[in-house]
Amino acid sequence: MTVLRLAGLVKRFGANPVLRGIDLTVERGERIAILGASGSGKSTLLRCINFMELPDEGRVEFGGQVVGSERDGRRRYAERELTQIRRQVGMVFQHFNLFPHMTALGNVMEGPLTVLGQDRVQAEARGRAELARVGLADKADAYPAHLSGGQKQRVAIARALAMDPALLLFDEPTSALDPALVGEVLGTIRALAEDGRTMLLVTHELGFAYHVASRVLFLADGLIHEQGTPAEVLKEPRQAATRAFIASHKQFSL
Amino acid sequence: MRWDFATVIEHADVLAIGAVGTLRIFAICLVLGLGLGLPVGLGRYARNPWLRAPATAFVEFFRNTPVLVQIIWFFFALPILLPFQIGPLTAAVLGISLNSAAFSAEIYRGGIQSIERGQWDGARALGMSWLQAMRRVILPQAIKRMLPALANRAIEIFKMSTLASAVAYVELLQQGKLIASLYYNPIEVYTAVAAIFSVILWPLVQLSYWLERRLKGGE
Repeated sequence: MTVLRLAGLVKRFGANPVLRGIDLTVERGERIAILGASGSGKSTLLRCINFMELPDEGRVEFGGQVVGSERDGRRRYAERELTQIRRQVGMVFQHFNLFPHMTALGNVMEGPLTVLGQDRVQAEARGRAELARVGLADKADAYPAHLSGGQKQRVAIARALAMDPALLLFDEPTSALDPALVGEVLGTIRALAEDGRTMLLVTHELGFAYHVASRVLFLADGLIHEQGTPAEVLKEPRQAATRAFIASHKQFSL
Repeated sequence: MRWDFATVIEHADVLAIGAVGTLRIFAICLVLGLGLGLPVGLGRYARNPWLRAPATAFVEFFRNTPVLVQIIWFFFALPILLPFQIGPLTAAVLGISLNSAAFSAEIYRGGIQSIERGQWDGARALGMSWLQAMRRVILPQAIKRMLPALANRAIEIFKMSTLASAVAYVELLQQGKLIASLYYNPIEVYTAVAAIFSVILWPLVQLSYWLERRLKGGE
């Protein structure tokens, strides 16, 4: 079953094209790692998928439905429709973006409570279950300020999961973490992958992409430059740009 | 010189009536001024120019004209333009509230804009509407940052209420003037009026400190 299909996606910031025509089909259960140098459009691609940024050209098909409607040769998006899409797409950010005025449990309950309109008892049960899933059942009452970076990111993952998303987007989820805390977050994401969740993951952790992703995309200059299985892209890249990128990431590895 | 507080104390009931008038106009202007400021402040940074332009015009106009002039204008000029009379309370409430709305709008705008973009991202990614994000995520955090400034505004409104005496609204200063004109003891009366203001404001200021401390919890 196809979860997401992008066709000819273009996004510009002013005159500067960030995405120059992305075609991508995501099947249910796929785990797609997106690699690329900074400025290659990785984050923008994710943000176009849940419409945090509106694409300038091209189509996004979500769950078989084309998003937006064509008028005067331009695609228009109604805010209500985009809000509906975002409810079904979970996003985890580099800087967590937890709500500092709510406890860990409050953060995780917030979606079910406010967005899905669940009652408090139901939302709390769900919140506790998701916190337990990411190994933070005992931190339910802690405020984000009292959590480590890794714990914050796991709460953020639980917050996304509480919405039962059909697709999970991870935008460099470990880039803001101390090296010592990266492992616990990657472990949590890996467990989700093993559950068969559909996910797109922008990351610089090549080893993680190699072991967890079912497909790897290499983005350069706003285009998918190369894609394939992790072994194909990471071990035997065909494109010079991909080879250079991977070499630069391995420069100081042991 | 001899201080004569006896006549002031003798007419404490007159000042008490004034104090009630002051508190009444303060309560009305506090609610209207700070309440109206929020939509105006939101309009100030709306992307839609049809919202932004009138909000900006409102702020600029009421921030840049003296409240006293506004009150007098509402009292004397507005009834010429409109088919009904305006009482001193209404005129003073209009002047003080609209001026306070203009100032508090800037406080709201600043407070809301001080919240990191990531908070909007987090809320929107969950599927919240603009209003839900504002109510659940942005405002609760922004209010904490705005509280000292809003408390200042409240204190300012309280003191601005004396301007209502210009249109003979019965409040503390107006009543003080009355006593002073009868007994020729303006120094004592105005000292008493100042003391009453400071005594009423003191717990208000303490309340704002307490609120600030309380809202800090959790962060």
